[in-house]
Amino acid sequence: MNLTVRDLAVARGGVPVLEGLSFSLAPGRALVLRGPNGSGKTTLLRTIAGLQPAFAGEIEGAGERIAYAAHSDGLKSMLTVTENLRFWAQVFAQSDIDPALDAFDLRGLEDRMAGTLSAGQKRRLGLARLMVTGRPVWVLDEPTVSLDTASVARFAEAVRGHLAAGGSALLATHIDLGLDEAEALDVTPFKAAPRVSLEDEAFL
Amino acid sequence: MIALLLRDLRLAVRAGGGFGLGLAFFLIVTVLIPFGVGPETGLLSRIAPGVLWIGALLACLLSLDRIFALDWEDGSLDLLATAPLPMEGIVTIKALAHWITTGLPLVLAAPALGVLLSLPPSGYLWVLVSLALGTPALSVIGTFGAALTVGLKRGGLLLSILVLPLYVPTLIFGAEVARRGAEGLAVQTPLLMLAGISFGTLALLPFASAAVLRINLR
Repeated sequence: MNLTVRDLAVARGGVPVLEGLSFSLAPGRALVLRGPNGSGKTTLLRTIAGLQPAFAGEIEGAGERIAYAAHSDGLKSMLTVTENLRFWAQVFAQSDIDPALDAFDLRGLEDRMAGTLSAGQKRRLGLARLMVTGRPVWVLDEPTVSLDTASVARFAEAVRGHLAAGGSALLATHIDLGLDEAEALDVTPFKAAPRVSLEDEAFL
Repeated sequence: MIALLLRDLRLAVRAGGGFGLGLAFFLIVTVLIPFGVGPETGLLSRIAPGVLWIGALLACLLSLDRIFALDWEDGSLDLLATAPLPMEGIVTIKALAHWITTGLPLVLAAPALGVLLSLPPSGYLWVLVSLALGTPALSVIGTFGAALTVGLKRGGLLLSILVLPLYVPTLIFGAEVARRGAEGLAVQTPLLMLAGISFGTLALLPFASAAVLRINLR
């Protein structure tokens, strides 16, 4: 099932930031969103993840199929790596956290409190959470922030594995992950035109 | 859902989790009141039920802003909202976790602290019953307030101002049950009113809390 977006407009604080956006994301494919800071990528991803309503347009194939990873990892600093990961696995009714620990090189850190991890290690744990959701569409907002080169490669490998297993991924990122399956979409042309309210028009 | 409850309980008892904060506050209030009132045990035992109730209520209030604020700050509230849990379930579990870590210890400690306030012997049972019945309402109403103010910087003060008026009916009937019980009067009417408030808030407020939380997450 594709993730399909038709003529979507998204708003931040009631002001439209992107409009007229349409794309379709098939299983096994990835779509990389590009655009300068503040261009509305996060707002678009939050809308697709269902955290805020669309300003206009339709989103199909989202909802319960989305695994969302935001800027913050949602980790509890006073829980261990295993406890953090197992909690999310239970929430998503999954049981196996070992593949996620392996994929993001978290072996040896299992019993460390998440609060004592480095920024990059925290990020890896946050991304490992995606693998225990069991959901097909990964929606990722700047997933590679604070990752070193080796970890970025590891993350790209995890995304590739997810795509090969029939999943899909929608990413907002500025770096090239070297994914053959990925297309890029620049959101800049979809910037919403400034709205002129009725009162303003009266002055024109 | 169980996983969320267990996680919250585990976090509460770990370092910096805030478990025992309300209990310590309750203890301090009930220890200090006799010093302030003076050596008149007759007066003290008359006000004991009310003091215990106000102490419990303020102790409850103390930890309310942690219900959602911590999850909001580290981003897990966003992730929970996209998880396959209904928002109504999340807020109910959050209220339950708050009650277990704050309300329940207060209920259990109240009879022991009643001794310090020379609570009449007939009052112990009714203080226990009224708090056991009333503190769940305090947690549920408090969760609603916490959902309203989540994401606001320094939302704690606003939270108190919003929640305190909503606490008044629970306080009135809860303290009335305890007072009448202590004086050996019939407690049926205030007890039923208190039960009504508790079950009513328990049945309705999770829906309101979930709705405002969804709006606040946008």
